[in-house]
Order: sequence, then structure tokens, then C-alpha cells
Amino acid sequence: MASLELRNVVKRYKSQTVLDNLSLTVADGETLVLFGPSGAGKTVLLRLVAGVIDPDEGKILIGGEDMTDVDAEFRGVGMAFQNFALFPHMSAFDNIATPLAAKRSSQSAIKSGVESVAKLLKIAHVLSHKPRALSNGQKQRTALARALVGSPPLLLLDDPLRNVDAKLRFEMRLELPRLLADRGATVVYVTQDYKEAMALGDRIAVMSQGVIRQLGTPEQIYREPANIEIARLFGDPTINLLDVKPARDARGIYVGLSNVQIHLPDAPETAIGRDCIIGLRPEALHFVGDNEPGAIPVTVEAETPLNEKIVTLVRTVRGREILVSRPAGAPGRDEGKAHIAVDGKSALLFDHASGERIGAKNIVKLRNGEAA
Amino acid sequence: MEHTSLLERILRGIALTLVVIFFMFPILWIFMMSFQTNETILRIPPQLIFEPTLANYTALITGKLMTAAGTLDIAFMRNLWNSVFLSVTSVAVSLLLGVPAAYAFARHKFRGSEDIAFTLLSFKFAPALLVLLPLTLYFQKLGLANTYIGLIWVYQLICLPLILWIVRGYFEDIPADIEYAYRIGGHSWFATFRKIALPLAGPGIAAAGLLAFIFAWNNFVFALVLASADKQPVTVGALAFITSSGIQYGQISAAIVLSITPTLALALYAQRYLVEGLSLGAVKG
Repeated sequence: MASLELRNVVKRYKSQTVLDNLSLTVADGETLVLFGPSGAGKTVLLRLVAGVIDPDEGKILIGGEDMTDVDAEFRGVGMAFQNFALFPHMSAFDNIATPLAAKRSSQSAIKSGVESVAKLLKIAHVLSHKPRALSNGQKQRTALARALVGSPPLLLLDDPLRNVDAKLRFEMRLELPRLLADRGATVVYVTQDYKEAMALGDRIAVMSQGVIRQLGTPEQIYREPANIEIARLFGDPTINLLDVKPARDARGIYVGLSNVQIHLPDAPETAIGRDCIIGLRPEALHFVGDNEPGAIPVTVEAETPLNEKIVTLVRTVRGREILVSRPAGAPGRDEGKAHIAVDGKSALLFDHASGERIGAKNIVKLRNGEAA
Repeated sequence: MEHTSLLERILRGIALTLVVIFFMFPILWIFMMSFQTNETILRIPPQLIFEPTLANYTALITGKLMTAAGTLDIAFMRNLWNSVFLSVTSVAVSLLLGVPAAYAFARHKFRGSEDIAFTLLSFKFAPALLVLLPLTLYFQKLGLANTYIGLIWVYQLICLPLILWIVRGYFEDIPADIEYAYRIGGHSWFATFRKIALPLAGPGIAAAGLLAFIFAWNNFVFALVLASADKQPVTVGALAFITSSGIQYGQISAAIVLSITPTLALALYAQRYLVEGLSLGAVKG
């Protein structure tokens, strides 16, 4: 069991700062997902924790112990790599056995250790194969088995599902949380796939350019993204973003969309009169009848049925394109004129210039207050 | 390949034959000369049909060279042994020093590492003759002239840069993640070097060693200046066939055949590794 703490970690390559004064705490047994575009510094962060590269500044604590200057082989972490990094000249068995062999375990202990983890990951039948004879999925499971076999208290998983096909990724996304929970290990999981992040993370840290932009539960990141960038990254289909200028009337703050006033009960006073961007999740929009109050007239442009949901592209009278998502079977229109309604409660307001969500800090504070 | 016409194939065959004849002819001719006496070799016009003789080989192996002017002692077998000893030992020393150095240059960017690596390579730039005069003077002062140790030391100028630069490329081709994975698994850097880096760069190390062996074997100038008769390799020893009573073409040819046989055999045996090793990165995927 081990918690992980990074204190003011800085890593530079030549003049480029890859990690900029980054601090992070992962509680014992927690699964933290590092999410962000490539080049955000996620992999560098994992390697710093693993001890294969050294930070320029700052401290790394594992289980409360300062590990900053400890060599990789003494940190007792397990790591799976995005490109698997299997040893090509060893069989799958020997690959998985390396962490046990390093501990000078007996032959029988190694054998039983490898076989039990191989069984868990369903690769027991290919243990004698060399990596080149394994399918991508088997390689990925072998790499995972090698990371798990020594039961390390801290597991670092660097986008392990990146290089496997969609079907397997889906399977593993279901399997992994239980697998990780059973181990009770602290996990840092890197991914670029928001669904993976949502499925696996107790908390998600959204990184870009060496800085953590937002840290929160999957729910918080989705409902209360800190800025437009994060709102755009989470959610499929992507969030609709429209330029608006909030105003106020007797019923409260509202924005105008296609000459229809949409009232935003949660919008802060500070938004009034500012150039803003409103973020509307496609699933927060609904097709409604013509005479519904607040209905926006649109023209249906295209429709994509995706089995469990139907995504419709519509155009407003002012020519702006909006995506509407509805569960399969829900009422809707597949062509011609239609009307949609907006749920003002779930709308997000961003500052046009900075991209920051308006009122973001207030909400985070409120949540913390509730929790306390 | 699937769309080649008959004409194309014939032309290609002719072109290939010409190339093979062009490159193989000297070797074939030398091979034939080695079975002839000086008289038949020097006959004009040269003849393709002759009565083969093993006299040249017997002379070389027994060390007694019969010339018109009388019997001459030659140290060919001794030279051949010198060649083997000098080349094998030089390559062994180079591998021992060069492979760890190559690993250090590939994996650890320390201050001045590029400069040191380049300096080692620059040994190959200087003309050997330029280096030789001062080297000879030093070696005479140090008592290293005409010793095996001295020669092996100088041969490092040939082998070490070659091995260092080729093997370094192989180590760099090994994805760093593979070594990281082994380290994180709980192994020291030295175990990682032995169990991961060395086996994965194996083909490259073999190829570099083989090339260095061939270069060392073929060396002429260093040995000519720094070694006297009993330490000379075959390349220098062949000079003994230019005698006062004429050039012994038959024996020279036989000597060439005998001296290229080991390198040729080695190259043929290791051909696969050599091509594989030099053309393709050691590990992919």
C-alpha cells in the first residue's frame, strides 16, 4: 500500500519545460487518471515516478518516503508501457517473471506467481511464446501481467490500451477496474481516451503543456469543466459552442439563441454583458413540439444512428450548426423543420477571451463546502 | 518482378554475369595461378589449360622456397599465425573496451560525450603514414616496437572506432522503454546491460566484430613499419616473395589464397548476420 505525492516537480529538456512546478497527491488505493493531449507531459510524469528519469527540481514521495534520489530498481513500482516494451528475446513467461526473478524468488514461487497472473489475464496458453509470436492483445496483456506480477503497491500504466484494437480496448475497459480494485494498489493511469478516463478514474487530472488544468472526479470534469478545452475533450459527440452575450430580464439571466430567450438559472451575475461562449452538451438538447415555450426552430441537416444513440446535425435560422444526441427510440425528427429545446440548467458559460468557465471557482468551492 | 518480359530477364542475366565476372575474375585468376609454376604463369600468351601443381602450397607450408638462385627460407606459416593472433586479439580487446563504451555513449549523454566519441572516430581520418613516424619513435622509446602488445595496441586504431560507432548505433536502436522496464522490474543497470542490451545488440556486435576482424587482417602499413620478420602478418610477409631472382607469382598467389581463406570463410558463415546486422535495426516492435 502506498500513496504518491509529487511536490513542485519541474522537468526541463534543454530550454523546454515539460513539467512546470507540478504538485499532485494520489491517495493510497486510489486510481488517478492522467488525461491530456500528447506532449502534455503525462509520460514524463510517470517516468519520473518510476525513477528512470530524474526531476530537475522538486520531490517525489512514495508511501510517504522521499524517493527522489532512489534508483528505479529500489522503488518497488510496477509499470506497463504504451508500446508494451516486452523483451523480444525472452518468452512471455520469462518476460512476466523478470520482476520476481529480481527478488530472487524460488523457481516454484516464480512459476506459480507467473501462472496465476497469466490465468487472470487469460494468457496462460501463450506463456511459451516469444513476443513476436503474440497478437497485439496478448502482448498488451503480457505487459500488464509483468507490471502486476510482483504485486507492487504503486502501479503506473502508460496508456496500455493505446495500441490494441477497439474491441479489445472495450473489453479491457470493463475488466481493468475490477482487476485494479482487487489488487488494492494505488494506480496512476495515463490515457488520451476520455471514455477510458471516465471509466477507470476515481479522479482525473487533465494535463496540458506540463500543467494540471483541472483535477476532479469524472463527474466534476464532465459537468463543471474548468475551460472550453476540457469541455471539448470530454464528451462524444463534442459539446456545442455558440457565441452569446448574456443579458438580464425580470426572470433572471438569459441568452438569445435564434431570437429565443434561454434562461440560465445557474449563471453568475458577472456574465451579464460579457462576450461569452455557451456550451451545450448534445444530450442536453431535445426535440420538442412547435408550440412548446422556448423552442428553437431548426432545419435537420443530417442524422447518424449509433446503435444506442442517434446524433442529429441541425442548423438554426441564423445558420449555426448544432449537434443533438438522443437515446435510440426517443422521439425526434430525421428531416425537414423541427424544434429543439435547451435545458438552461446544464448549459455552461465560458469567457470568450480566456476560455475559462464563468463561475468555475464558485462551484468548486461550493462542492468542497458540501463535502465538508 | 511479376511483369518482367523474357527479353528483360535475358538482359538482366547478362548484366549480372558481367558484374560477377568483373569482380570475381582477379580472384579466379589468382586461384588458377596458385596451381602453376612461375614458367607457365609468365608464358605469353597466357594459357587457360595447364598442368596443375601443388609445389607452391608445399613450399609455403614447409617454408622452403626453391628459386633459380637456390633454396630460401620463408616464414609464411609463421606470418599466417601472426595474422590470426594479431587480428583475433585486437578484435577481442576492441570488443571488451568498445562495447561498454558504445553503450555509455548511446545511453548516457554526459558532458563531452559527443566530443569524445568523435575524437575516437577521427582516428580513422588521419592517414596512417602520418601517424606512423611519431608512433614508431615513441614505440622505440617505450620498447613497444616489434612486440605483439605494441601491434595490438596500434590495431586498436583500426578496430576500436569501427566497433564503437557501429555498436553504438545498435544500442541506440533498442527502445529505451525496454531497458526501463527491466530496471523498474528491480534489476541493476549492469544486469540490464548484460541481460537486455547485450543480447539485443548481439547481431550488431557480431557484425562489427567481423568487420573489424577483416580490417585488422588486411592491415599492411602499421605492421610493415612496426614489426620485424617474426611478428609480421601475411600481408607484409607476402613481400618476401619478391626475391633477388624474380617475383614468385605462383607462391604469392598460393599465399593470397591461403590468407584470404579464413576471412572469406568467416564472412560467408556470418554473411546472414552481417547483412541483417548492418541493414536492419536490432529490434522492432
